[in-house]
Amino acid sequence: MSGSIKDRVAIIGMGCTRFGELWRKGPSDLIVEAVNEALADAGIEVKDIEAAWAGSIFSGHGGRSVSEPLRLKYIPITHVVNACASGHDAVRNASYAVAAGIYNIVLAVGFEKLKDEGTSGLPGMDNLTHTHAVATMPGMFAMMATKYFHRYGLTPQDGKTMLAKISVKSHYNGSLNPKAHLRNLLTVERVLNAPIIAWPLGLFDCCGVSDGGAAAIITRADLAKKFRKDPIYIKALQICTSPTSGRITTEYDLTHVEEGYRAGQAAYAEAGIKNPRKEISMAEVHDCFSITEAVTMEDLQFSPRGRVKEDIDAGTFELTGALPVQPDGGLKCFGHPIGASGIRMLYELYLQLQGRAGKRQINNPKLGLAHNMGHEPLAPTVSVCIVGL
Amino acid sequence: MIGITSYGAYIPWHRLDRQLFAKAWGGFAIPGERAVASYDEDSVTLAVEAARDCLSDIDPNVVDGLLFATTTSPYKEKLCSTIMALALHLRRDIQTADITGSLRSGTSALVFALDAIRAKRANSMLVTASDTRMAAPSGITEQSLGDGAAALLLGNKNVIAEVIDTYSISDELAATWRCETDTFVRSWEDRMVMDESYAKVMPEAISGLMRKCGLSPKDFARVVFDPPGDIRRHGRVAAELGFEPSQLLDPTTIFMNVGLMGSAMSLTMLVNALEQAQPGEKVLLAGYGNGADAFALQVTDAIKKLGERRGFTKHLQSKCMMSNYNDYLRWREIVPLDQARRPDRGHISVAANWRQRKDLLGLWGIKCRRCKTPQYDNGGITTTPIRVCAVCGAVDDFDDYDFSRKKATVFSYTQDQLAPAADPPCSVVLIDFEDGGRMLFDLTDRNPDEVQVGMKVEMTFRKVYFDRGITNYYWKARPIRC
Repeated sequence: MSGSIKDRVAIIGMGCTRFGELWRKGPSDLIVEAVNEALADAGIEVKDIEAAWAGSIFSGHGGRSVSEPLRLKYIPITHVVNACASGHDAVRNASYAVAAGIYNIVLAVGFEKLKDEGTSGLPGMDNLTHTHAVATMPGMFAMMATKYFHRYGLTPQDGKTMLAKISVKSHYNGSLNPKAHLRNLLTVERVLNAPIIAWPLGLFDCCGVSDGGAAAIITRADLAKKFRKDPIYIKALQICTSPTSGRITTEYDLTHVEEGYRAGQAAYAEAGIKNPRKEISMAEVHDCFSITEAVTMEDLQFSPRGRVKEDIDAGTFELTGALPVQPDGGLKCFGHPIGASGIRMLYELYLQLQGRAGKRQINNPKLGLAHNMGHEPLAPTVSVCIVGL
Repeated sequence: MIGITSYGAYIPWHRLDRQLFAKAWGGFAIPGERAVASYDEDSVTLAVEAARDCLSDIDPNVVDGLLFATTTSPYKEKLCSTIMALALHLRRDIQTADITGSLRSGTSALVFALDAIRAKRANSMLVTASDTRMAAPSGITEQSLGDGAAALLLGNKNVIAEVIDTYSISDELAATWRCETDTFVRSWEDRMVMDESYAKVMPEAISGLMRKCGLSPKDFARVVFDPPGDIRRHGRVAAELGFEPSQLLDPTTIFMNVGLMGSAMSLTMLVNALEQAQPGEKVLLAGYGNGADAFALQVTDAIKKLGERRGFTKHLQSKCMMSNYNDYLRWREIVPLDQARRPDRGHISVAANWRQRKDLLGLWGIKCRRCKTPQYDNGGITTTPIRVCAVCGAVDDFDDYDFSRKKATVFSYTQDQLAPAADPPCSVVLIDFEDGGRMLFDLTDRNPDEVQVGMKVEMTFRKVYFDRGITNYYWKARPIRC
């Protein structure tokens, strides 16, 4: 790779709707509310947007999905579909277009209206021939937990307790966040006693299925300070797509996510980070399930392989810990409207870096990492974005 | 010499204590238990299991024809034997036919297969007989029926039981029937059926056979014929024909443990007899249903050389008692049930399934000629067919690789409570095949509490999806049965 995005583009405005089961809101509400907040935050008008990228996998069909609600007039708009990493990929493509010098001000917006189905879970997960095993997404990630427990000799009780602490932490953070879908506090005991969704994962090991939208206004780094004094600069944008061999050859161990590790390594190289555990101030990772967060801590080298439990027990990732993770509640509590999630993560890092995170404010953060994972552990697509002052 | 060259059988793992029928409905319970095809089994999958048992150590390429006998075909219009031929890896230039609609279709198929070999149209014919008949809930017939299948390979080499001769009787009586729209078996008063049909037709066919071959009752070491609904009449007919109880394959065991298996009954009893048969013995076989077919068999020395099969006996011993009658109602889709609030799974694409028929129905994967890695793929977004090796990147440089008979080890698993399932939880396993290759499969015929990493599994052919009248068949893993 010959180029780098580091410090070439900046985010000058962001917006995010409340996430949740928003029965009274349609896709246009989510898009308009997120984008209007971002425009106001950047101090620009909708006519200033020169191009847009939209991330959504179930609620959008083409660029018109975004031009229609905003009445964007005759500008180029691209619809990005890249599983749960669609939000980050919209930001990535928008950033590259700005860095290439084609546009000065662009919009990246992610949205998903999931709760119009009348059913739980995500639609359209079956394969074309309707033959493949019918595990749900919790089931697919549960297999990683089974293997992680087995490999590292954790009893189901030990393993589930480790995972429960992750959810307890995220619920605490979510309780401080007025825009979060789930704001209730949990105890380890309650997590352990919750109904099993897909063994060994229980109800509180799973993130919310939510409606929501999030948006970012991106400009060239050298123009950023004309819009605000505290723009947030992009340090790395990496995405790693699986060749889907983990499911068909016996090499893959199912206790790590190779694509997550590689995306992290590439992002650290792009951002010039040598010691991620020390240099990263905070992280928003794709905690679709508690086990995903646990393994991601190891993939991103925050914890040594097989030893995330020590950091969880030590409170390292809590709001007051050495490396706070999911300060906004994460997918677990902020919620997971697929296409919006990657941009929602950046929204929290942006607020934290600007000192605007209210009760969740972390002390003087410098670099934030966002990790957005699509599909499932046997065949994922993972993006890692690093942003800083 | 023309005759039977191999045999196989299949009894579903699940059994229902007949007391549970009486517990649900009140009234009388027949003693014993019955076999119940699982929610993912039907007459086709049962027959495939029996045929796989029959062909366990035999090259499927020798088979010149496949006959599928049943009264419970999932299709009125469309062959099932063509589905089975792909699952069994049979050649394309073979005769396939479904012999349906008669409780005698098992023995009828046997007659047709023998005729094909005698006429030199085929050297080897595979006959399968399978049934999953249903009677209306709360009646006694619901208790007496049972699900299962048998398979016989017929040929002119390595014959283990020569067919000396056959004799058939045709007899019209609506004894039991199902019209085109009937789900459940109907029957005329059984006393008349016994007196005027079974007790007359069976002796007529057996006597006719003996007369034709110049044999008498004492010549047979084993006498195998299917019982009527009231199994006590079986012994009476045998006695009237002059057979001693010691010659009879007593249907009581199979009735008490499996039930009346419809078109599979007589052939399953024959498999049970052949499991014990000794060289030199003569065996009499007869099957009843709107007449009867009778066969005189001579067991040869080759029976001692036949490899081990699960057959009737091992399948009978390997079982799981169902905990309640409700699961029977659910699995047979007799009562409408609440649907899981999960997204619709959408429609079957006949085109997509047809393109992949070899790997979906036959579980054929590939082995890369360059790096030698066996690979099977299904369930990705655009993963099939495999055109590029996942390990070395070789393009279209593969040999076919049969995963259907490979054993495997559970690499990881989940018990998914959220996925819609007729037998929850949905047990899903990621398995590593012996000799390489990994894939995700549903795990069936399992006790969820016993599933663990490292568990040994084997592949089994099941129905997995139904849409607009089409049944999708595919493979699942199961703990090694026996």
